[in-house]
Amino acid sequence: MARAAVLGRLNWQLGSVAELVQETPRVASLVLDVPEWQGHLAGQHVDVRLTADDGYQAERSYSIASAPEDQRLAITVERLDDGEVSPYLVGEVRKSDKIELRGPIGGYFVWKGGDDRPLLLVAGGSGVVPLMAMIRHRSASKSTTPTTLLYSSRSEDDIIYKAELDALSAAGDGLTVAHCLTRMQPPGWRGYSRRIDRAMLEEVAWPKQQNPIIFVCGPTPMVEGVAGHLVDMGFDPASIKTERFGPTGG
Amino acid sequence: MTVQQSDLKLDGNAIAGLLREIFTMEMTTAESTCAGCHKVHAVGQVEVYMNAPGAVVRCPACGQVQMRIVKGGGRYWLDLSGIRCLEFSA
Amino acid sequence: MSFISRGFRGKRRDAASSSRVPPGQYVVNDFPVLSAGPTPRVAFSEWTFVVEGEIDQPKKWTWEEFRKLPTEEVTKDIHCVTKWTKLDTAWKGVSVDTILEGVETSAEYVMAFSYGGYTTNLPLEDVTGGKAWVAYEFDGQPLHPEHGGPARLLVPHLYFWKSAKWVRGLRLLNKDEPGFWESNGYNMYGDPWREQRYWGD
Repeated sequence: MARAAVLGRLNWQLGSVAELVQETPRVASLVLDVPEWQGHLAGQHVDVRLTADDGYQAERSYSIASAPEDQRLAITVERLDDGEVSPYLVGEVRKSDKIELRGPIGGYFVWKGGDDRPLLLVAGGSGVVPLMAMIRHRSASKSTTPTTLLYSSRSEDDIIYKAELDALSAAGDGLTVAHCLTRMQPPGWRGYSRRIDRAMLEEVAWPKQQNPIIFVCGPTPMVEGVAGHLVDMGFDPASIKTERFGPTGG
Repeated sequence: MTVQQSDLKLDGNAIAGLLREIFTMEMTTAESTCAGCHKVHAVGQVEVYMNAPGAVVRCPACGQVQMRIVKGGGRYWLDLSGIRCLEFSA
Repeated sequence: MSFISRGFRGKRRDAASSSRVPPGQYVVNDFPVLSAGPTPRVAFSEWTFVVEGEIDQPKKWTWEEFRKLPTEEVTKDIHCVTKWTKLDTAWKGVSVDTILEGVETSAEYVMAFSYGGYTTNLPLEDVTGGKAWVAYEFDGQPLHPEHGGPARLLVPHLYFWKSAKWVRGLRLLNKDEPGFWESNGYNMYGDPWREQRYWGD
């Protein structure tokens, strides 16, 4: 099992919004300068805390999107219209605003790189965010670990990081990206046009003899469906790591 | 928005921050033995229900309540009676 | 409070506070779903309701029998300890007075227990005298499983965690015992008007 070093107290700290990137109509990345940031691993998250002028507070977790090598810390947030924190982060926040956060948090859903086993990443919607941190880490560390991302979105407009994924997979260093669009496909769409199912996983997954490391992140029903298929296909359950997103993330 | 019951179920990753308020170690990589079925899971793997007066952690194998964490009024209450053992690396 | 998030207000405080809203609560218009575990799916054919514990002759109803008991329709404000209050919620069910009719007991407390294993404790006098119901309709519709259907306890004058979802019975007790949340920080009584959220409140 992973080493469990004694960590310091997890303190709240302030980051300043250096850049806002509108990734899709409903999703934005906040690129933050966090002066006291201690560094992170790909797959970890931060807790964000908002405080109103009367002291009311709301707290949510967001996956880190940036690579450990990046100069700034990025989180990517999907706006949930009936949410409380996400409509503030995607809509209200402006450049140079301060955001209170703490982290990095988590150590289970983490990829450090540096071994030979291929990677299989399976994402649903904004579940792609921690997997993007892994892909960015892989690229920034010049890793050639054979990596496949299977990424399910509602429509082409909802694909987060599309241009960057296109560029990274065109680099020819072993990254393959397979998209599926579940609700709406553009004319001439050549990717998958259905929810992720076992047949799709059998087409894109590495042979189980290669013992891939597998990360699955998305809404709870999608994560449980995919993890169930992968176990049925004979992958080692200990190699399948999952992270569920839920409406508490609003 | 229609909330599906299954959407309310998260996993141990969702309470990593809360656990770090209490423990000095990263808890999602610790391994917990269920007091009910004796199966072992990483804390990151366990089932977590957050839309409740506290966080409720259940065993993914048998469903038994493993942990209850209540935070409020400047205090924490931590019930670990559903866990037989927690293992960490030194 | 040192740091304030510029422009953040939060979703709460939509309604002005009024004499109907206990301290620390805010009004919601939707009906939030709280759950401490998977939602039990109880078939009507399997469902029973029991009264047991400090009672000579335990009582038991099937769904069919229970639905033949006299019903009441009540409209009440409900207050969740997670700070939301919902005004004017309309319920139909059976008064706990009806359920306990003719029961001779020395008990002063009850433990409500549920499908799925949930429990919550209450003084007997807080579920009698027209203060509590076993409700199976909300807003004119059968109670949805995510809100506790087939039937839930309704004790609107206490925090809503006392209104056990998926209720399966009442155990009459001579001594107060903590239920699921009461054994881990939450108040044994839970009066929203006195903000009795946690131990010692």
